[in-house]
Amino acid sequence: MESLLQQIFTGLVSGSFFALLALGLSVIFGMLGVVNFAHGAFYMLGAFGAVMALDALGLSFWLALVVVPLVLGGLGMLLERTLVRRLTRLDPLYNFLLTFGLALILQDLVRLKYGVSSQPYQRPSQLQGSFDLGLFNYPRYQVFVLVFSVLVSVAVWVVLSRTRVGMIVRASTERPELTGALGINVGRWVTPVFGFGVALAALAGVLAAPMRAVNSGMGGDLIIVIFAVVVIGGLGSVFGSVAAGYLIGMLTAVGNYYVPALSQSLVFLLMALVLLLRPAGLFGREEGVS
Amino acid sequence: MGRMRTFGAVASTLALGTLAACGGGGPTSGGGKISDDKIVLGVITDLSGVYSELAGENAVEAVKMAVDDFKKAHADDAVTENIEVVSADHQNKPEIANTKAREMYDREGVDAIFDVPTSSAALAVANVADQNQKLFFDIGAGTTELTGAQCNPYTYHYAYDTYMLAQGTGTTITDKGGENWYIIYPDYAFGQDMNKSFVNAVEGAGGTVVKSDATPFPNDNFSTFMTKAPGLDPKPDVLGTMQAGGDLVNVVKQYNEFGLREKGIDLAVGLMFDTDIASIGVEPLAGTLFTTAWFWNLDDRAREWADRFQERTGERPTFDHAANYSAAMQYLEAIQRAGTDDAAGVNEELNGLEFDDFFARNATIREGDHNVIHDTYLVEVKNKDEMEEESDFTKLVETVPAQEAYMPVEDSGCEMG
Repeated sequence: MESLLQQIFTGLVSGSFFALLALGLSVIFGMLGVVNFAHGAFYMLGAFGAVMALDALGLSFWLALVVVPLVLGGLGMLLERTLVRRLTRLDPLYNFLLTFGLALILQDLVRLKYGVSSQPYQRPSQLQGSFDLGLFNYPRYQVFVLVFSVLVSVAVWVVLSRTRVGMIVRASTERPELTGALGINVGRWVTPVFGFGVALAALAGVLAAPMRAVNSGMGGDLIIVIFAVVVIGGLGSVFGSVAAGYLIGMLTAVGNYYVPALSQSLVFLLMALVLLLRPAGLFGREEGVS
Repeated sequence: MGRMRTFGAVASTLALGTLAACGGGGPTSGGGKISDDKIVLGVITDLSGVYSELAGENAVEAVKMAVDDFKKAHADDAVTENIEVVSADHQNKPEIANTKAREMYDREGVDAIFDVPTSSAALAVANVADQNQKLFFDIGAGTTELTGAQCNPYTYHYAYDTYMLAQGTGTTITDKGGENWYIIYPDYAFGQDMNKSFVNAVEGAGGTVVKSDATPFPNDNFSTFMTKAPGLDPKPDVLGTMQAGGDLVNVVKQYNEFGLREKGIDLAVGLMFDTDIASIGVEPLAGTLFTTAWFWNLDDRAREWADRFQERTGERPTFDHAANYSAAMQYLEAIQRAGTDDAAGVNEELNGLEFDDFFARNATIREGDHNVIHDTYLVEVKNKDEMEEESDFTKLVETVPAQEAYMPVEDSGCEMG
C-alpha cells in the first residue's frame, strides 16, 4: 500500500510535466487550430535556456524560471507573426509540417552548438535533500515541481474562467466566427495565446533541467506522449489536459512498477480506448452535435 | 468534430510510429601484393547521433593518426606509401551500415573497416565482411555475438563486450561485498544482453540479483525504480544501471535526488564513457564504479598517446578512439609483416598474435573466436578535488587480467566456417 501511494506520488510528479506541456499544446490548438509539433522543441529550449542563463549570465534557477519562459514566449510570438499566421487559413497539415520542420531546425541548431551529450545542471541549493511526507521521504525538488505545476495550472484556469481576457480567449477558441461577429477582435488574441503556450512549454523545460538529461533530443521523445495526453483529456479542454496529464503520469508510474515492459504502451492503449469510446476525450465536449 | 479528428489522427499516427519503432573494384594496376597498389582503411561510425562524441569524427581522426604514425615509422621500408582513410556515417542503423560497408568494399577499394558502434549495425557489417572476404575490426559495438554464434574468419572484436563489462564490474563488486543487486536495463538488444551478462557474473561470484527490471527506452523518468529500490527484500547493496547516453544521465540525476547512496545503495554503471561523465558532471558520479577497456590517464604510455591525440583534436580520447588507433596500427603492422593486404595473408599474421601497446595490455588475438583480449580496468569516478585537469575523471581500482576478463573461448559458441 505504502509503495503504491509512493508510486502514485511519483506519477503525479512526472504528470506535472505532462500537464504543463499538454496545457500549452491544448490552448494553442484551441485558439489557432494548429497542431504544434514544435512544442517539444520549446520544452528542450526551456531547459537549455536555464543552462545558458546560468553559464553565460549567472542567472540562478529562480530567475531562469521567470526569464526563460518570457524570452521564449516572445520568440513564440515572433514565430506566430512571421510564419504560423501565414498558414492558418490553409489545411491544418500545412502548419503541422511547418512546426515539424521548426522542431527539427531548433533541435539541430542546439546540437550544432552543444553536441549530443547532455549538459550538466545542478539543483538549486534550497531544494536539495528531501521532505518527510509522513509515509515516506520524497526529494524536495520533486515535491516543489508538483506544487509549482499545480499552482500554475490553477492560475491558468482562474484566468481563463474568471477574467474578461479569459472569457474572450475561451469564446474565440470555441466559436471564433460568432465571437468576431460580436465585435471582438479575435485576431488580436492569437499571437499572445501562441506565445503563452510556448512559454508554458519553456517553463516545463526549466523545471526539467535539474532532474532530467538536458540534451537536444529531450523534447522529441516526450512530445508524442503529450499528444496522447491531449487526446485523452479532450481537445481544447484546459481542465481535461491538466487532469489527463496527472492521470497519465500516475498510470505510467504504476505501470512501471508492476509491469515495466508494458508501461510505454499503456498510454497509447488508453488513447485508443478513449478514441473508440469517447472520441471527444475524457473531459472534452462533443463538437458540432447540432 | 473535424478538428478533433485531425488531432486524433496525428496523435494515433505518432503513437503507431513509436510502438513500431520498439521493434566492383577501383582502378587496378599490377602492383604486386598490395591490391590496387594502395591500402584503404574505412571507418564506419556515428557522425551525427548519440555516439558521435564517444566515437564519431575523432574515431576517424584516430585511424588517420595511426596511418601517419605508421608512415613515419616505416619511412624507408613501408610496404606501400599509398594509405588512405575513408569514412561514412551509418546513423546507428543496420541497413545503412550494410549499404555503406558494401560500397566501401566493392567500390572504394577498402581493405578493412573499423569502429561501427551499435551492435545490430556491427553484426550487419560483420556479415558483409564475411561475404566479401575482407576484414572488419569492430570497436564501437559491444555484443558478444560478434565472437559467438555470428563470428566469422574476417571479423575481429577489439575493445570491449558485454561479458567483459559484467565480468569486471559485476564480479569485482560482488567479491568486495556488494552481494545484493537491483538491475535496471533499457528494453532493447544491448540492454537485455547486458542484463543477462550481469546476472551471470553476479550469481557466478556468489551474489544475488534481487530483481532486474526492464525500463522503457528512451525514458526520462526513473523515479519509480528509485523509490522501489530501498523497499526490495532483501534490500539491495548495489543499483546496477545498464542505461546509456541521455537515459544514463537521467538515472544518475534521479539516483542522487532520491539519496540512494545515503540509504546504503551504491551505484554501478554497466557501460560509461568519459563523454558521459563530462555531461553528468563529476560531483553526482563521484565514487561510481564501472569497467572500462582503457582510460587516458592510466599510466605514462597512455598519457603520452593521449597528449598527442589532444594536440591533434583538442580533446582527450575515449577508449573507443584509442582502440581505433590501436586496431588500425596492428592491422598496418600485420600487412607490413605479411607483405600483402590480402585478407588471408593478414589473418595469418593476426591469428594468435600476442602484443602489448599503449591501449591493449597483455593482448592476444584469439584464433578461435577473433576476440582481441587484453587487460581491462575497474575504475572509480574521482572526487572533484582529486582531479588534476578538466578531463581527469577516473582512477584505477583494479586491473582485471586479460585471461579472466573475457569469456573463455570454449564458451563462446564460435565456429569459424
